[in-house]
Amino acid sequence: MDVLGLYNYWIVIVLMMTGFYVVISRGNLIKKVVGLNIFQTSVFILYISMGKIIGGTAPIVAPGVTVYSNPLPHVLILTAIVVGVATTALGLTLIVRIKEAFGTVEESEILQQRDDT
Amino acid sequence: MQRHLVLRVTTKLLMPFILLFALYVQFHGDFGPGGGFQAGVIFGAGFILYALVYGIKNARLVAPDYVIRVLIAAGLLLYIGVGFAGLFLGGKFLDYNVLASDPVSGQHLGILLVELGVGVTVAATMITVFFAFAARGRDEG
Amino acid sequence: MARQEGGRVIEILVDIVLLSFLAVMAVGILRLRNLFAVVMLSGIYSLISAGLFVTMDAVDVAFTEAAVGGGISTVLMLATLALTTDKEKEPLANLQIWPLLAVFITGAALIYGTLDMPSFGDPQAPIHLHVADRYVAEGPGATGVPNIVTAVLASYRSYDTMGELTVIFTAGIGVMLLLGAGSRRRKD
Repeated sequence: MDVLGLYNYWIVIVLMMTGFYVVISRGNLIKKVVGLNIFQTSVFILYISMGKIIGGTAPIVAPGVTVYSNPLPHVLILTAIVVGVATTALGLTLIVRIKEAFGTVEESEILQQRDDT
Repeated sequence: MQRHLVLRVTTKLLMPFILLFALYVQFHGDFGPGGGFQAGVIFGAGFILYALVYGIKNARLVAPDYVIRVLIAAGLLLYIGVGFAGLFLGGKFLDYNVLASDPVSGQHLGILLVELGVGVTVAATMITVFFAFAARGRDEG
Repeated sequence: MARQEGGRVIEILVDIVLLSFLAVMAVGILRLRNLFAVVMLSGIYSLISAGLFVTMDAVDVAFTEAAVGGGISTVLMLATLALTTDKEKEPLANLQIWPLLAVFITGAALIYGTLDMPSFGDPQAPIHLHVADRYVAEGPGATGVPNIVTAVLASYRSYDTMGELTVIFTAGIGVMLLLGAGSRRRKD
């Protein structure tokens, strides 16, 4: 088996699953957002890993260079990062409003309050 | 943050370089790493640094809400406007070939304008988001 | 030739070390209960991944990740902590069995999927055989822009970028509506 060749993908999956676990097992909403960010970054690394060519260089045309890494994943991820921070900001905004409305950012306590009323 | 002299002086010294660097990244993005997304974020970060050290009130004097609000929309409108310009000059939507006399310089012009639109919207959005969070903290506190 | 081989070995070595760092960071974020430390770790996580992007030739992406992940998103998270709380409540159990099971099953399925993936850095991988060649060969000539990433971002895929920009615009408007103008005007 090609351990070195697949190492990137395996770590990506470890990161992805760590993020996933944080999202589904932790009740704190801020922690959930951090978990989502871990998940998101792991997807970025997956894409960029696939675009890499060993011996290639950054896709900026220069004299004397023939092999460039694939620019397409770079483009997709570049925009995804900035969109990611914009949506994270929206998520954090919702958390701030939830804190103002319920006085807590713990999922269990919010559900408790909803059941009480 | 009123008493941190080192921070205040360093911020004042760094501000022009941060903004200049953002502009460099914006307009040199055709030739090196960079472009609208990065430049917008760096430009926004410059204002955020200023707001962190000098307070949100002073930062609002430099970047008033109505200006930032207009800029958020202006960047996107510039992008879409470039698209329609291509349409009206006889090409397709977002077709830059017709923007200038020859296709290559048309492409170059189109890319420059579109990246500018991206940079403006991203910078304005980052500044708005931070100001919204910071102002909320001050109101509550 | 030997020098080139050595360069490749170092390239892969740096890649592996940085990836291992990332995994350690992720576990740290999972285990820590102090949210301030969690936010700081996630900033470091972003910076390390930016370094990783440089080793994988994605300089533009690294640039963005360093500015966004290390800068803006850390500041936003800290602002959120200031408005809410920086302590996470004790969960019912530290290791929860059902989420753990779900994660392990999904992870195992994904790892099974990677066994068919092309080896890291293989120039003959399917991803490199489709449109990328055309972008590299024609892009700079057709657009007059040597940075292929910029050429593809703003010209070949400009519809895509327009959509992304609209998402950012919408998110900005959303934050403004939820936190910004309305509540402030009431105070005035």
